[in-house]
Amino acid sequence: MAAVTCKDLCKTFSQGGERVIGLERVTLEVEEGEFLCLSGPSGSGKTTLLNTIGGLDTPDSGSITVAGQCIDRFSREQLANLRLHNIGFVFQAYNLIPVLSARENVEFVMQLQGRGLATRRALAMTILEEVGLAGLEDRRPAQLSGGQQQRVAVARAIASDPVLVLADEPTANLDSRNSSQLMELFAELNRRRSATFVIATHDKRVMDFCHRRISLQDGRIVNAESRAAGSA
Amino acid sequence: MSLLLLTKLAWRNLWRNYRRTLIMLAAIILGVWAMIMMNALMRGMVDGMLDSGLKYLPGHAQLHHPAYRDDPGVAHSLEALSAPLQEALADRDILGWSARVKVPAMISSERDSRGVVLLGVDPMQELSIGFAETDLVQGRFLESATDPSVVVGEAMLKRLETRLGRRIVLSSQTVGNEVGERGFPIVGVYRASLPSLEETLVYAGREVVQGMLGMGGAVSEVAILGPDYRRLEPWFGRVAAAVDEGMVLEGWRELDEYLALSLSIQGGAGIVLIVVIFLALSFGLVNTMAMAVFERVREMGLLLALGMPPHAMLYQVLLEALFLLLLGLLAGNLLGWLSLQPLLSGIDLSALAEAAELSGMGATLYPNLRGVDMLRATLIVIFLGLAASLIPAWRAARLDPVTSMNEY
Ligand SMILES: Nc1ncnc2c1ncn2[C@@H]1O[C@H](COP(=O)(O)OP(=O)(O)O)[C@@H](O)[C@H]1O
Ligand SMILES: [Mg+2]
Repeated sequence: MAAVTCKDLCKTFSQGGERVIGLERVTLEVEEGEFLCLSGPSGSGKTTLLNTIGGLDTPDSGSITVAGQCIDRFSREQLANLRLHNIGFVFQAYNLIPVLSARENVEFVMQLQGRGLATRRALAMTILEEVGLAGLEDRRPAQLSGGQQQRVAVARAIASDPVLVLADEPTANLDSRNSSQLMELFAELNRRRSATFVIATHDKRVMDFCHRRISLQDGRIVNAESRAAGSA
Repeated sequence: MSLLLLTKLAWRNLWRNYRRTLIMLAAIILGVWAMIMMNALMRGMVDGMLDSGLKYLPGHAQLHHPAYRDDPGVAHSLEALSAPLQEALADRDILGWSARVKVPAMISSERDSRGVVLLGVDPMQELSIGFAETDLVQGRFLESATDPSVVVGEAMLKRLETRLGRRIVLSSQTVGNEVGERGFPIVGVYRASLPSLEETLVYAGREVVQGMLGMGGAVSEVAILGPDYRRLEPWFGRVAAAVDEGMVLEGWRELDEYLALSLSIQGGAGIVLIVVIFLALSFGLVNTMAMAVFERVREMGLLLALGMPPHAMLYQVLLEALFLLLLGLLAGNLLGWLSLQPLLSGIDLSALAEAAELSGMGATLYPNLRGVDMLRATLIVIFLGLAASLIPAWRAARLDPVTSMNEY
C-alpha cells in the first residue's frame, strides 16, 4: 500500500503582487518503507511539497491521500490530528521545545497522543539510546549541540511509530561529520523500523543515502531515479 | 488532551522571562492588596456609620403615627400599644424595643438655651436597645419612667455652661397647644460616638414628660432592635402583621434614607473600585500575554506543526495567565490580610474627627475584612483576567504553523 499519494498538486503564492509557482501538477506515490529524497535547487518547491503532504499547507488543487485518508477537506483540527498520529517531522532548525528536556521533547508527541506515562517514558529512553543520546536525556535543548538537537528531533519524529517521517533539510545546519551521522541514523531507522522517510535536501551527500530521488524544479518534477536499496 | 502537559508548558514558560513575570506579578499583588485594603476600610466605615447611627436612636425599625415623621409633635402620637402588638414585640428574634416620647424642645440653663430633641424614656427599655451605662461619663442614668431628672450629653453641658447636679428647664408644646415647661436636675452626663448626638438628645423619664405635655399614656415612637441590621426578617414581618390601626412600621432604610443610600453607594463603590483597579491591571496583563505569545511565535508554530490541537494552544496561554493571576491573588490576599491585622483593633481618626463626623461614623475606624470580599475580589480578578487573556490566547491558537516557524 502507498503511504502517500499525490495527484496533480498545484500551489501558487502571491508575493508582492506577483504570482509565484510553488507546485505545478505534482503527481507522486510513496510506498510504505521507502527512503525517498526530494532534491532540487532552492525555491524549487521541496518545502512546499513536504508541507502539503504533511498537512501543514493546503494545495490550491489536486488531491492527497496519507495513510489511506484523503485529507483534501480536512479542518485545522483534523489536520493537527493527522500530523499528531501519522506523521513525524524533522525541520531544518529550531526543532525542539526549549522548556522541555530531551526526554520530554521525545515524550511530547506521545503525551499529546494520550499514551500513559510508563509506556512513553520507556519508549523515549529506548529511542534516545537508539539515536545515541543515552545519558543526555535530562538536558534542555540549549545544553545540546546542533547535531545532538537534530538527533532528539529524529527520536521524537520516530518515537510514536508514524506512517511517515518528513524531514526538511535536516542537515542544513550541520557540519559534514554530523550530517553523515544523521543520515546514517535515518538509514538505520528506515531499515530497522521499516519507517517511510521523505527527505528534502539539496545536499549531494544526503541524496546518496536515499533509495529513490525525485528532482524538482520550479515546482515541477523534472526527473525521478531509483536505486537498489542499500547501495549507498 | 493532556492537561498535565499543558500545565508543565505553561508553568515553565511563565518563568522564562522571569523579570517580566515578576513585574506583572508585583502589579497584580499591589492591585489585589489595594482592593482588599479599600474593601476592608470601606466596610469598616459603613459598619461604623450604621452602628453609631442605628444603634443609638433609630434601632432597626420604628413604629410611628403616619404623620409623625413629617411633623414630629405631640399631636401625632401613638396611643397605648395593643396586646397582640406587645406580644409581637416580645418575639425571640427582637433584642429589645423602646416606647418613647420624642419631641422638639427647648433647654435652658442660667447661661444659655438651645433647641434639642427631648426623649421621654423608660430607662429599662432604652438600655435594652441602645443606651449603655458605659456611655455615662458622670452621674447615673435615669432610674425609672417616673424619674424627674435629665441626662444630657457632655457637649451640651459645655454649651449650657452648667454642670452635674444643676437644674435646667425644658419646654415644649403640649397637646393643648400650650407651652409645657418644667425644671429638671441633671443627674447624668453621657458621651456619644458623635458629638452632634450629644448636643441633640436629652433623656428624661417618660411618664414625667407625658405629664408635662398632657399626653396621657401616648408615645411618639417605638424603636425596635434586631440582631443584624442587614437582615430584618423574620421579626419585621411578624411585627408588621400585628401593627395597630393608625400606626406605620418602617425599617431603617426608610427611616434614614441618607444612611441607606450611602450604604448602597459604598457597596457599589467597592465593586467599581475592584473593576477600576483591575482595568488598569488588565492593560498590563494583556500586554504581558501578548508579548509572551509574540516572543514565542516560532515555537508555537512548532507545537502546532507537531500536532498540538489549536484549542490546546489556547488553553496553554490561558493557563499561563491563570498561574500569574493565582500567584498574584495568593500573595495579594495574604499581604492584604497581614497588613490589616495590626489595624483591626481600630484606627484612631480623632485627628480627622471633624471630617469623620460628617460621614456619620465614630472617631475610631475598625477595618472589617470579610472572606466574602476577598472571594469577590478574587473571582472578579480571575474572571476579568482570563477574559483579557483570551485575545492573545486566541491569536496563539490561530497561528499558522508554517508561517510562524519561518518568523524571526
Ligand atoms: N509563504 C510563501 N509566500 C510566498 N512565496 C512562497 C511561500 N512559500 C514558498 N514560496 C515560494 O514558492 C517557491 C517554492 O518554495 P519552497 O517550497 O520553499 O522551495 P524550496 O524548499 O525548494 O527551497 C519559491 O519560489 C518560494 O519563494
Ligand atoms: Mg525549503
